[in-house]
Amino acid sequence: MPETRELTLGEAVREALAEEMRRDSRVFICGEDIAEAGTVFKVLTGLVDEFGKERVLDTPISEAGFTGIAVGAAMTGMRPVVDIMFGDFVTLTMDQMVNQAAKVHYMSGGKWKVPMVMRATLGATRRSAAQHSQSLHAWFCHVPGLKVVLPSTPYDAKGLLKTAIRDDNPVVFFEDKMMYRLKGPVPVEEYTIPFGVADIKRAGSDITIVATSSMVQVALGAAKLLEEFDISAEVIDPRTVWPLDEKTLIGSAKKTSRVMVVDEGYERYGVTAEIASVIAEGAFYDLEAPVKRIGAMHVPIPFSPPLEDATVPTEKSVFEAAKALCSGGL
Amino acid sequence: MTTAIDRSKTYSEIEAEQWLRMYRRMLMIRVFEEQVNDLYTRALMPGLAHLYIGEEAVAVGVCEALRQTDYITSTHRGHGHCLAKGAALDRMFAELLGKEAGYCKGKGGSMHIADPDTGNLGANAIVGGSAGIATGAAFSARRLKTDQVSVCFFGDGALGQGLLYEVMNMAALWKLPVIYVCENNLYNEYAHNSETLAGDMLARGSAFGLHAENVDGQDVRAVYRTAREIVDHVRQGAGPAFLVCQTYRFMGHHVGDINREYYRSKQEEQMWKTERDPIKVLGDWLTAQNLADRARFDQIHAEVKSEVEKAVQFAMAAPYPSPDKVGQDVYA
Repeated sequence: MPETRELTLGEAVREALAEEMRRDSRVFICGEDIAEAGTVFKVLTGLVDEFGKERVLDTPISEAGFTGIAVGAAMTGMRPVVDIMFGDFVTLTMDQMVNQAAKVHYMSGGKWKVPMVMRATLGATRRSAAQHSQSLHAWFCHVPGLKVVLPSTPYDAKGLLKTAIRDDNPVVFFEDKMMYRLKGPVPVEEYTIPFGVADIKRAGSDITIVATSSMVQVALGAAKLLEEFDISAEVIDPRTVWPLDEKTLIGSAKKTSRVMVVDEGYERYGVTAEIASVIAEGAFYDLEAPVKRIGAMHVPIPFSPPLEDATVPTEKSVFEAAKALCSGGL
Repeated sequence: MTTAIDRSKTYSEIEAEQWLRMYRRMLMIRVFEEQVNDLYTRALMPGLAHLYIGEEAVAVGVCEALRQTDYITSTHRGHGHCLAKGAALDRMFAELLGKEAGYCKGKGGSMHIADPDTGNLGANAIVGGSAGIATGAAFSARRLKTDQVSVCFFGDGALGQGLLYEVMNMAALWKLPVIYVCENNLYNEYAHNSETLAGDMLARGSAFGLHAENVDGQDVRAVYRTAREIVDHVRQGAGPAFLVCQTYRFMGHHVGDINREYYRSKQEEQMWKTERDPIKVLGDWLTAQNLADRARFDQIHAEVKSEVEKAVQFAMAAPYPSPDKVGQDVYA
């Protein structure tokens, strides 16, 4: 076993960035309040001391503008990492990401490349209301030319972010802001994690729970509760929702014959819908029940705590749905 | 604030041959676009096309001041920029016809020609959409310490897009070597810009501290001289610039825009075509200066016509991409 130490997810992200910036002088970070402030979540604290203000570049509050500059810089020899403070602000960058970054390689017949990473946050329950709490990763999954990464542990965050920075395509990397303080083992030695490889976070035999980002922790909690009812849950984290490791998801579904998909994005037309469809198509004749999806409610995220808590999946709601699925009820 | 531009240099060394090269290039764009119109009206070209006829002096004058390694971004009305930056006629036509031999293997088409060999970061079909890319290329040039400059071509319609002002602000803050070239052809598609633009056009650049200048976009000599001064200035690290070229779109917004009288008069078009044609303006000057005679012009016209015809033949004969190529180049 490789030597490890405990890092928070925020520290793992910072370490990945620092290592890649040391490794490749073309890598730089840009965004709002990232240098001395180290971002509002303090994830980048200290990077400016090592790499200077030219490579940890504070920008005006111009998400579309600095994302566009990153696209052009990526095409011409740099490897930008764009920092979007709250994932809700990705809406301001959509033309640059969807019509520019995602399409430049294809439209140019493969001649220009856009090796850039956009880091953004997601996740509700921080009492930040409707414009600072959304999980909009599904928007990017819908666009050919982009890759979308959703780490759920410090280990995954570090290895996947290093891979993202080395990738020659635009990659959108979502960090759940409620997980920045989550601790976990991270190897001392350098490592990367390939895209498109799901990770079985917990083996089980009665039901498969496919979960993303912080919903992996929720699913693991639910799996423990299910144990008391002699239900063995397998928890699978796709880690990248595009590319998607369909084989592992379908394989697990065939094995357990019951599947739930949990994601914090809006349930309607979201990541849960796509994954459920992949599993239904790939494992239909092995399923004992329809694939169950749980995502965020189709409402703007409310401010009031009891209201907000009702909008997103919880250990309890996942446990109850899983239990119902395993006892034949829907 | 940006430093004042150096006007002490004279450009007396500009030889007749250089003006004739620009004449030839403007003519090449004109004849190329006439061919595009012909192919389209004969239903030989898929999609649609936005012709650059009438605006040739802008692309040619600006690109003449650039090096091959300098970057440009172009627009939906981009054939002129691509050709002026050095694109080959045959691969241009092939791309417009959706052929494998085209600049983008047929995947881009008329509005997305891109070519790393000539520094062309790509034409862009989102109005103002390339302002970030052009500024980003200037960012790279500065960070990688090359002395490249980046030119962002766009029309007056793009002055309605917020992205442009965001990146102008950052370009000025970080002294990036980028030149925003606004081709003011007076119309945002089918609307005169008196209906779409408030305030002062040049002030949109100078408000951010950019060196901002107006030039007669029908006079390639004026465009080239001004562009050369600005390019030198920007290349030396003086920060970004904003160049507004006053020009006119002789044809419709696109090839299908035939009946235009509901938004502009035939008299207006006729005035520009007869009195302000950039090819004629330069030709008359060269003649008056005794720098070229009828025989020389005839020779250039014959050569350009023949080159364009050959290129069309190449593109017509070239094969389409095989449908199994559709999934290639989505990811690098």
